[in-house]
Amino acid sequence: MSKPLLEVEDLWVRFASKKRVVEAVRGISFSVGRERVGIVGESGSGKSMTGRSILRLIRHPGEVEAKKIHFDGQDLQALSEKEMRDVRGHKISLVMQDPKFSLNPVMKVGDQISEAYRVHTNASKAEARSRSIDMLNAVQIRNPERVYDSYPHEVSGGMGQRIMIAMMLIPEPDLLIADEPTSALDVTVQRRVLQIMDKLVKERGMGLIFISHDLNLVASFCDRVIIMYGGRIVETCRADELQNAKHPYTRGLLNALPDIHRPKDQLSVLERDPKWIEDPSVDAFL
Amino acid sequence: MPSSENMMSKQTPIALDIQSLNVYFGEGHERFRAVKDVSISVAAGGSYGLVGESGSGKSTVLRAVSGLVTNWDGTVAVNGEPISKKREMAYCRTIQMVFQDPYASLHPRHSIDRTLSEPLRLHKFDNIDDRVNQALVDVGLGASFRFRFPHQLSGGQRQRVAIARALMLEPDILLLDEPTSALDVSVQAEILNLLSDIRKKRQLTYILVTHDLAVVAHMCDEIAVMSHGEIVEVMGVETMRDSKPQHEYTRELLEASEGYQPEA
Repeated sequence: MSKPLLEVEDLWVRFASKKRVVEAVRGISFSVGRERVGIVGESGSGKSMTGRSILRLIRHPGEVEAKKIHFDGQDLQALSEKEMRDVRGHKISLVMQDPKFSLNPVMKVGDQISEAYRVHTNASKAEARSRSIDMLNAVQIRNPERVYDSYPHEVSGGMGQRIMIAMMLIPEPDLLIADEPTSALDVTVQRRVLQIMDKLVKERGMGLIFISHDLNLVASFCDRVIIMYGGRIVETCRADELQNAKHPYTRGLLNALPDIHRPKDQLSVLERDPKWIEDPSVDAFL
Repeated sequence: MPSSENMMSKQTPIALDIQSLNVYFGEGHERFRAVKDVSISVAAGGSYGLVGESGSGKSTVLRAVSGLVTNWDGTVAVNGEPISKKREMAYCRTIQMVFQDPYASLHPRHSIDRTLSEPLRLHKFDNIDDRVNQALVDVGLGASFRFRFPHQLSGGQRQRVAIARALMLEPDILLLDEPTSALDVSVQAEILNLLSDIRKKRQLTYILVTHDLAVVAHMCDEIAVMSHGEIVEVMGVETMRDSKPQHEYTRELLEASEGYQPEA
């Protein structure tokens, strides 16, 4: 693959309280090219925080510290808040997990999508509207005109998720961070959404960070996988080689999954080794 | 764990028999039939899976059986006796439910002790103390958890409490509504193991609702696939393992559970 789009070195995310400091992400380094990178891990492993910290979306009292966060040659840490706003959406987009909390409830769906477009271009209202409707069509929403004029509470969860994806894709970002984008979707819609993202990576050379807890999905969809545990990267490998992963944590996760074709009496339970928390983070460069 | 024995043989009595169940939401013009003519029979000691996507009506079937949804018609018979719309106290002692989200299904301001002992008090059980302690041991938590509150427990521990609560009244049938979908895979494995152990030990009948085909293949001997409120296919677990379902929709679900396939 070509030279990396995003380079992150020694990234830490800390939340300080009066009593102690919680370290959500602990010194991870990775890079993303024009490819599909999956980040997997259990809840609390720091995978979502990694995605958010790149866009500087971690709120007080959270703190982000890194030796390097470079995007397309640009130092993201050196940017002012105003310049950062230009990056968000336009260059790097984030699709969040739950459409219920990510869409503005008192604004029409269509207005939210076209706003995303107009903020970053000089498009007219009519132009933005037709682009938004095209985008809604692209994410397979039937009757996009009607959806354009509805409010978020009038659409279903799966539709809300597709609206979010349309909104994130309309400014044509170079890097898309998708945080569990398909976990609320029906299988047919899920497949469609993955195809859309796949196409953008292949045809437009977009980079994709796909955050998920679904090992099977990541193994079949992504190019590379980063496995996180306790805020660190414990292992990284090519996605099609995930089945041969070596780290006991990855093995444990794989073995804990029930398998349709290989029935077993008891599922194996993951035995956690306290050493995993202490082990140094593995670098996941291209 | 499912074995090859024929769960529907004549000797085994039917624990739960649902015939042409319809469930409605709303009234008049707005009335929506969420479950359409669903018939299921589950043999005593069997484990029956209901799969389908969100909105297919699978959870609604459980909610109608447990009495949480009242606007339904058709017949539901438990251990051979048709149930009436108004649930008797005794009914609660035969059938209990475990819900999807352990973060929402436990009362946040009731201690585990209160959560577990309340059904016992209502049903005038004796030895409440011992029963609560024993229930906590049975689900692998131990008596030390008794006076904690839900916010002090992890998701997996909460789901264990929810299972303990469902078992307090010693029911014959357990309705499981996506019991592990809110949990991480490693915790899911623990809870599924616990559920299998308990079923073996107490000879319970399970009806498991899930969208995860691998979970249903692991837990159930017979599986019904629902789509838009209807059962489109009923199959044995072997049929599913061999990927030989009859219905187009089932094939689609199975394909999707194998992971992502690029566009053809």
